[in-house]
Amino acid sequence: MAKLKIALYWGASCGGCEIATLAIHEKILKLAEVADIVFWPVGMDFKYSDVENMADNSVDVCLFNGAIRNEENEHMAKLLRAKSKIMIAYGSCAYEGCIPGLSNFYNRQMTFERAYIETPSTENPGKIFPQTKVKVPEGELELPELYDTVKTLAQTVDVDYFVPGCPPEEKTTWLALEALITGKLPPKGTVISHSIKAVCDECPRKKEEKKIKKFYRPYEIIPEPEKCLLEQGLLCYGIATRGGCGALCPQANMPCTGCYGPVEGVIDQGAHFLSALSSIIDSNDPEEIQRIIDDIPDPAGTFYRYSLPDSLLRRARIK
Amino acid sequence: MKKITIDPITRLEGHGKITIFLNDDGSVANTYLQIPELRGFEKFSEGRPAEDMPQITQRICGVCPEAHHMAATKALDELFHVEPTSTAKKLRELLYSAFFVTDHTTHFYILAAPDFVMGPDAPPAERNILGVIAKVGLELGGAVINTRKQNHWIIQTVGGRPIHPCFGLPGGVSRAINEEERAKIEEIAKQSVEFGKLSLKVFDDVVLKNKAYLDMVLSDTFTQKSYNMGLVDKNNKVNFYDGKVRVVGPDGKEFCKYAPREYLEHIAERVEPWTYLKFPYLKKVGWKGFVDGKDSGVYRATPLSRLNAADGMATPLAQEEYERMYSTLGGKPANFTLATHWARLVELLYAAERLLELSRDPEITSPDIRNIPTATPDEGVGIVEAPRGTLTHHYITDEKGVIKKCNLIVGTTNNHAPLFMSIKKAAEDLIKPGVKITEGLLNRIEMAWRPYDPCMSCATHALPGQLPLEVTIYDAQGNEVKKLSQGIS
Amino acid sequence: MDNFEPKIVAFCCNWCSYAGADLAGTSRMQYSPNIRIIRVMCSGRVNPLFVLKALSIGADGVLVLGCHPGDCHYIEGNYKTLRRIPLLKKMLKQLGVEEERVRLEWVSASEGAKFAEVTNSFTQDIKNLGPSSSGHLKQSSKEVKHG
Repeated sequence: MAKLKIALYWGASCGGCEIATLAIHEKILKLAEVADIVFWPVGMDFKYSDVENMADNSVDVCLFNGAIRNEENEHMAKLLRAKSKIMIAYGSCAYEGCIPGLSNFYNRQMTFERAYIETPSTENPGKIFPQTKVKVPEGELELPELYDTVKTLAQTVDVDYFVPGCPPEEKTTWLALEALITGKLPPKGTVISHSIKAVCDECPRKKEEKKIKKFYRPYEIIPEPEKCLLEQGLLCYGIATRGGCGALCPQANMPCTGCYGPVEGVIDQGAHFLSALSSIIDSNDPEEIQRIIDDIPDPAGTFYRYSLPDSLLRRARIK
Repeated sequence: MKKITIDPITRLEGHGKITIFLNDDGSVANTYLQIPELRGFEKFSEGRPAEDMPQITQRICGVCPEAHHMAATKALDELFHVEPTSTAKKLRELLYSAFFVTDHTTHFYILAAPDFVMGPDAPPAERNILGVIAKVGLELGGAVINTRKQNHWIIQTVGGRPIHPCFGLPGGVSRAINEEERAKIEEIAKQSVEFGKLSLKVFDDVVLKNKAYLDMVLSDTFTQKSYNMGLVDKNNKVNFYDGKVRVVGPDGKEFCKYAPREYLEHIAERVEPWTYLKFPYLKKVGWKGFVDGKDSGVYRATPLSRLNAADGMATPLAQEEYERMYSTLGGKPANFTLATHWARLVELLYAAERLLELSRDPEITSPDIRNIPTATPDEGVGIVEAPRGTLTHHYITDEKGVIKKCNLIVGTTNNHAPLFMSIKKAAEDLIKPGVKITEGLLNRIEMAWRPYDPCMSCATHALPGQLPLEVTIYDAQGNEVKKLSQGIS
Repeated sequence: MDNFEPKIVAFCCNWCSYAGADLAGTSRMQYSPNIRIIRVMCSGRVNPLFVLKALSIGADGVLVLGCHPGDCHYIEGNYKTLRRIPLLKKMLKQLGVEEERVRLEWVSASEGAKFAEVTNSFTQDIKNLGPSSSGHLKQSSKEVKHG
């Protein structure tokens, strides 16, 4: 039986998903028995021109991590989509935009001004910004254009499957790879994880009643080890986050931050968390409610930490 | 002018490309290293609660998230005017030491060792970790994998998650360890020390006892006489987690030593229009261009620079190796770029010894891991050593602890100018009129940047181990004259 | 813009505010034609998602109208609304949507006049603010499927 041809590529990413792919440790030998890696810039000697020379649909599966932030990311997403039978959005950046997506609170001009002019260590009297084409004494140099808005992979090309997580935990990665190796693939569009329920389902902490009189910042209190963190007033995102990670953060005494994306069927993770959170505020008095809400310093950044590009509004509007 | 483009370069975190312009006679006119991406952390951190910064900034890099997590957490300590508990500091440094063991192991064995074990001119198909294992033995290969796996277990146990930990808070850490965990950490640390010693022996047998390599290490082509930067403790010994930043000149003299909050007096960053990454330099010397020497503000922040900037190592076995290294290289400072690989292994041994020390500390299982801040937050700077250079996080917040301004100088960024210069020098010395451009020659140019370990080291088990290079030479009309490639099937 | 006619979505609860709107109508009170009413059983049914959806498909303003606190047909429903809308507005402000584009009001079944007054003044306020720039999706567009 012919070996599977796998391509791996990164858009605007941190490299964590590359490490996560390899965190399957010994199982990689199992993968190597049945698959050949035909493109992987982080570790293999294939170039962009090699991808261009491939026949369409000659790659069985492409694991694409990273968001779409610049011209090069977009070009490669489209190229790999054409060459691959199956396209997987691997990791939160490709799935929902993740941390690079926070750039959607601002635009390119503001980002450039901060990075290249305002930062206190920068000395740039000429107010130079990087350019897509620059003439140097010897000739011309090019850079890919940086976009104003970060997009997800699915907003750029047709995506077959999603693997959630920042990065996906080892068992989630293996669930996806095993499906590919055995050919037992779920319906198109599936988010591949062990759970369709919220993280709470996996979390060992005791849950009783959720009634919040005050929200706390994590540095303000030392939480009790057994009790639900949300019930103790911490902004634990587990109630609106897909499980499958094993609820690692709450077990390290830190609130979940939502990296596995929305629960099954939810299209705007931030709105979902906002709704659930405000429902458990324990007050009917408008002034008291306002005081409780004031304890949440950054609703948009907290609720859309990983999902701003995938939210209904996509980005902040800038005047 | 003829142009050779290498796009993308690989085996580093992020994207990069090299462009070499050739004069008509075939000599190198100039070489440019361009970084084609920017994600904008310094801007989109504005408006975020400060305590989220360890988890936000660690997504700058998924190979060294622990470094950002730690620099951010230390910046928070200062921001909130709260001192971490003694146990918390030790737990942070313990995790950090385990992290250094994994990261340095990955870089040396997967990226660096193939060049030396197999040789720069070896066939590309053999010049990789599999070739290395075949040559030096399965036992060593297994030790590499096991060391990484075990130390990643430590990171998950202490930090919460194996990749992108979540335990850093102002005033401490979120989770204590119990005796069972401590005992296992101690066992892993002992094995890691043995592994550190073994790795130095490998370097000895393979590189130092081979005259051709030793000559290469000591050659002028791979020499750069820049300033050296690294964090040192109060005895001026290397420390990855805490201390003051010390800068030592190419002549060996201390140039400056500063506490984190003073960094703006010493470091400035320059912008060029052909790359998205900035170029830090020493303010008090000034920017004189892409040149080395005492009068140029260019400085290096690498394992070798750290050893150059310090007076020694804080643990006994690493100190012995430190002394041996400098006596072989002809004294301090050592300006041989390729010796960075050696320095990295000395650091690996130190990290393992430090891990062992901390795992035996009587306080390490104490439940006293948090001090609650009470002061109003305002401004904080946190500096740690990332495996590939000094890492600076600087935050200014409002009175509620929401970030107003953020400035970051990241490990590899320190080395942007030196990387440029090392590649350019190697290209100029190796590509000469009439010299045939072979795969081996191209690989030697790669060997000029590889010691810097530019942020992404890749823990794959199946790396061919060399840069995919395709060199296309065009004539003045833009017609393709010749195409050479390595590592491209 | 002189000829800017805002598109306003008003979520009205069945028992109070929708009845109040009916009363305004049968009493022949003039009220803004810019209002598109969506009847829900209770203002507590208004998921913040609905407001975001309205904005994303081009609404310039969103009204949420419910029973007065204490009078909810389902006892507690409007208290949930009372908690959700302020937090939603705080979040929208961060996303560049002016807080004035979303308003929560209590209108009972007998308050036809209040319904007219609220809708008229809200329409004028939105006219003053100008068109919203958040609309980017077609009304019938299918959301990207996530499974």
